[in-house]
Amino acid sequence: MAMKFNKFFTVFITLSLAVILTGCSNKESSVKTENDVIKIGVIAELTGEIPAVGASCKNASEMAVKAVNDSGGIDVGGRKMKIKLQIEDNAGRAEQAASAAQKLITQEKVVAIIGPNSSAGAIPASEITETSKIPMITPWSTNPKTTLDTRLGKPKRYAFRACYMDSFQGQVLAHFAQNNIKAKKAAILFDSSSEVLKGQAEVFKSTFEKNGGSISAYESYTQGDRNFSAQLTNIKNSAPDIVFLPSYYSDVPLQVQQAHRLGMTTPFLGSDAWASSDLLKLCGKDCEGFFFSSHYSASSKSPDTEKFVKAYETIYKNTPDDVAALTYDSLGILFQAVKTAGKAEPEAIRNAISQIRDYHGVTGNISFTQDSGDPVKGVVILEIKNGAFNWYADVNP
Amino acid sequence: MSYLVQQLLNMLQLGSLYALIAIGYTMVYGVLSLINFAHGDLFMLGAFLFFIVITLLKLPFIPALIITTALSACMGVLTERLAYRPLRNAPKMSAIITALGVGVFLENFTLALSPYPQHIPETVTNRAWLIGNVTMSSIQAMIIAVSVTLMLILDFIVKKTRFGMAIRAISWDRVSVPLMGIPVNRIISQTFALGAGLGGAAGVMYSSAYPVIDPYMGIMVGWKAFISAVVGGIGNVRGAMLGGYILGTVEIAVTMFLPSTYRDIVAFTLLLILLIFRPHGILGVPRSVKL
Repeated sequence: MAMKFNKFFTVFITLSLAVILTGCSNKESSVKTENDVIKIGVIAELTGEIPAVGASCKNASEMAVKAVNDSGGIDVGGRKMKIKLQIEDNAGRAEQAASAAQKLITQEKVVAIIGPNSSAGAIPASEITETSKIPMITPWSTNPKTTLDTRLGKPKRYAFRACYMDSFQGQVLAHFAQNNIKAKKAAILFDSSSEVLKGQAEVFKSTFEKNGGSISAYESYTQGDRNFSAQLTNIKNSAPDIVFLPSYYSDVPLQVQQAHRLGMTTPFLGSDAWASSDLLKLCGKDCEGFFFSSHYSASSKSPDTEKFVKAYETIYKNTPDDVAALTYDSLGILFQAVKTAGKAEPEAIRNAISQIRDYHGVTGNISFTQDSGDPVKGVVILEIKNGAFNWYADVNP
Repeated sequence: MSYLVQQLLNMLQLGSLYALIAIGYTMVYGVLSLINFAHGDLFMLGAFLFFIVITLLKLPFIPALIITTALSACMGVLTERLAYRPLRNAPKMSAIITALGVGVFLENFTLALSPYPQHIPETVTNRAWLIGNVTMSSIQAMIIAVSVTLMLILDFIVKKTRFGMAIRAISWDRVSVPLMGIPVNRIISQTFALGAGLGGAAGVMYSSAYPVIDPYMGIMVGWKAFISAVVGGIGNVRGAMLGGYILGTVEIAVTMFLPSTYRDIVAFTLLLILLIFRPHGILGVPRSVKL
């Protein structure tokens, strides 16, 4: 009996060893044939609460890759290599973003990852890429924690973003209010239940005061509020020259309309939280003439942007939003880094990205100069005019 | 001075809306001793019905208000028939759980139709009148006027008509009232119709003033109206009105003097303190438990 078992065991072990060995050799040969291909992972919010963001990211990344592959591939140390995309869904959720990053790195063996777009997904995904030493570029996440290691208090080495951070946006808006609108007194009404919007309000306040302006009213509300009459009455009573309104686009129409009902004629100034075509639909003529900041404008006169918008529109039949433009730039940065690195290896790519200066992207010029993953780049100011978002100014740091 | 008058107007506007919704709570509690947690969602449904009436049928404001109120009244009767009447003699806990379930059902029903917030087109010409330094908008005036009129009518119905007498009789003693020949089921249905109709009317005015509606808008407003009803003395119609105005005043006053994040916590703390000293609410009368 024991003898029989031993025999069976030996056979079993031999067989499984054989399988493993052939499996390994198979894998080796497949890597060899795919050697001319660079595998890049994309993590996008294809389902969940912001599927429009994921769709834009997927569209723009496929478009960018197709352009490179159609031109014969990317020049890596004298050899033309094609790009292969592996797109994963994270549903806008933290745990799915982390497992998607894990899968891309261990199973798909990607050399770099684009995304996730929402900070909720980008922060956990960047923890994984950091420990695996795989470079990651998030197109859209503005939260500081995405590129900052909060435990060590210093920048993460492998995490980059293509968008500006909120602190910079707040400063630009304060300057814009003071220099372009000539405001001396500003009031602020912000959503205190959102970390992002609260941060924008704080930066605006400190910058505005530092430059000699005064804040006449600092009012807040919480998500889901519909009635802002008390706060707006306080603001009206303080007689500001401008009202800074870091609010999501669904709240802005209510606030502006209630302000108008109170007889206020003060101009409002918004942040990138306004940037949704739904704002135009919901706000109508009440928002006419107001300014807000954004990552990019589809109506920009820059030739790079015009070319991108035209190409995107012919393929997908709609105007690319900021996520699409930032995704396109993220891939552009990655391609340039691969080219300058001369090899498709994570560490070399990471070093090349950190040395990018003055990359001419769809969303403006991008440089990584601060030894961190946060680029130095401009903010676009948009004006709501004739029921559309119109490019008004580029503000560069 | 003009600042205070302006805020007073804001208080009146918010208070009128809370009061109108609180009445629905208080009436249902009055006749059935049931806290109808679905009432806030009936209010939400009123806003959506209003949206459908004005966008599909393209009716002007007054007919749309009347039709929406009537439809909401029907919805109130329907929920009573389908969800509450079968449980009339079940333990009270079952009825409360059912009410919560009805609320969740209504939210998800609306959510299934469309998850996106909808924008209510302008039906009342929006004008702002400047009196001294105080601005009064036509919508504000309309909300206060319509609410107060509806509440006066309701107060008249409850205090002066035979129907109102029947409501009060049932709320006092549901067991022996049928013996006097009062059709209890019909009166309860009519009470639901009245309460839900007022909730729907509140939905119409709320969505005219704050023209972005979504399936979850009834939850917080429902809680606030519930608190108003409890503060005024639940089961008492005049109490609900008073409670609504008190809550509206407290909310605006907190925002006047403190950061607005403190609004809800201060408002609810004040209300809790009030209830410690007057557990039956301001106009409520303590009742002995009948055995």
